[in-house]
Amino acid sequence: MVYHSDELVVSLADKAAELRRTLIDMIYCAQSGHPGGSLSAADLLTALVFHKLRLDPANPLWPERDRFILSKGHAAPLLYAALAMRGFFPVEELKTLRQLGSRLQGHPDRLKTPGVDMTAGALGHGLAIGAGLALSARMDSLSYHTYVILGDGELQAGVIWEGALFAAKYRLDNLTAIVDYNGVQLDGFVRDIMPLEPIVDKWRSFGWHVIELHGHNMRQILDALDEADDIHGQPTVLIAHTTKGKGVSFMENQCTWHGRAPTPEQCQQAICELEASDDGR
Amino acid sequence: MADKVSMRVAYGKALEAYGAANPRLVVLDADVSASTQSSYFAKAFPQRFFNVGVAEAGMVDLAVGFALGGKIPFVNTFAFLLALRAAEQIRTCVAYARTNVKLIGSYGGLSDAFDGPTHHSICDIAVLRAMPNMTVMVAADAVEVARLVPLVAEHDGPVYLRISRADVTNIYSANYQPRIGKGTILREGSDVTIIATGVMVERALRAAEQLHAAGVATRVLALHTIKPLDRDLLLAAAAETGAIVTVEEHSIIGGLGSAVAELLSGEAPVPVVRVGLADTFAETGPYEALLDRYGMSIEHIVSAAKRAIALRA
Repeated sequence: MVYHSDELVVSLADKAAELRRTLIDMIYCAQSGHPGGSLSAADLLTALVFHKLRLDPANPLWPERDRFILSKGHAAPLLYAALAMRGFFPVEELKTLRQLGSRLQGHPDRLKTPGVDMTAGALGHGLAIGAGLALSARMDSLSYHTYVILGDGELQAGVIWEGALFAAKYRLDNLTAIVDYNGVQLDGFVRDIMPLEPIVDKWRSFGWHVIELHGHNMRQILDALDEADDIHGQPTVLIAHTTKGKGVSFMENQCTWHGRAPTPEQCQQAICELEASDDGR
Repeated sequence: MADKVSMRVAYGKALEAYGAANPRLVVLDADVSASTQSSYFAKAFPQRFFNVGVAEAGMVDLAVGFALGGKIPFVNTFAFLLALRAAEQIRTCVAYARTNVKLIGSYGGLSDAFDGPTHHSICDIAVLRAMPNMTVMVAADAVEVARLVPLVAEHDGPVYLRISRADVTNIYSANYQPRIGKGTILREGSDVTIIATGVMVERALRAAEQLHAAGVATRVLALHTIKPLDRDLLLAAAAETGAIVTVEEHSIIGGLGSAVAELLSGEAPVPVVRVGLADTFAETGPYEALLDRYGMSIEHIVSAAKRAIALRA
């Protein structure tokens, strides 16, 4: 396994902090959107978009690019911020989130936004779509890898497990799923609404290679993504333990911040906190 | 009347033949390949056939993935399961995302007659037709379904094609060449137009014979494409005959009859009388007897034509 330098880890952590501040500002400007699950997935998505994925922002449909599906499409502000900063479209456009006529729809739209590989928003689709894509790649002997970020509440959808069965049957080692296991969904705690434990045993029994990790530890994320590369003959899932609303004290672990925009004061406080945590990393 | 032939076997063989010509074709089925006859393709091209088990929703999402990967996926199962169980997958990931997925709803209408209302498909067209970006088609016979397979495969975008479990009488001759979005005039007439789709085309023709014998010059249009409608053909029929009957093996809510009425009420208002299943579930029984009992007999079509003419006067 490759050793990741401190410089890389620090620069990616800085990028994640910048994404968090940006997405809070976007949701504030739009006065609509989903901060909680965007903040929880920020480190995971940063590792993918700014390090792991083979991408060409000048050629978003480059056939050899790695594919990425944000199955928990409500984290769209995070994805848009990352794609803009990666160079897929102008950063100034982020302010148009959810406005009439914007390319930045409430949930990702593959036909509107450069860099978005698949439309998402209604939960439950991404894993089976990713499996079909991964198998296509293998049939054509193409080397691209397919990554899917799933929400934890989303795992309550039966169709996720239909995709999981298929990926295991066809031994899709070019498919990696990443569960943003923040433990909070729209109506409350996952453990109260419909518990997923024992989540590791579930995936293992479905035939997947499972890696558990701290989803806000950049080095662990990078190592886990590399480990997935070395797994052959079965798909890999990363169970990333995260915090909903990560980095903003009053949003952390609060289901009320699943899909709500901050007031001006809350926005200011959130960005202050995110700058402070940046300094104190 | 000519011998009846199996529409689904014709479909299965056409899929196999097209699969030989186009390596991008992949075929999915949800544990009913022996019924849909996607088994022909499965036997010939096992590397491009995926039986996903009893998982219709997942099957559509998998097909979306294949389409994103540049394949042309044909998704097969019973029409009611495809249109209803996988409806949200189709709406979000096929129609809205405009992925190149081909949805083949087998056992359309009442054709799975003896399995009863749980297996009848009476509102698939209504559901699929309401989705933007979707092309909605119904095959009338074994010749047509075989001709449509390559057209559907080569059409750029989502398509729903409904086929029947039934053995059917071939309407079309071997040199028939359908085009997506275009209907066919099967019989000329100026008193009334019967517009039919699917298996009901044959009954519409037989009804027209009776009407002609009774002195009613009846035009018969066959529409394999319900969306987009062949606007020119329908407007001409409305203008030239002034009375319309629609005939389909589907609820009279939301299917061909609704589509025709929606078009004509806005552009060429003439009486439109709809023949189909009158907002009820059918029951278990022999296929032809079910069609007769539930409003789709030849007599129903004949009396609907007379009613449309009376309404015009």
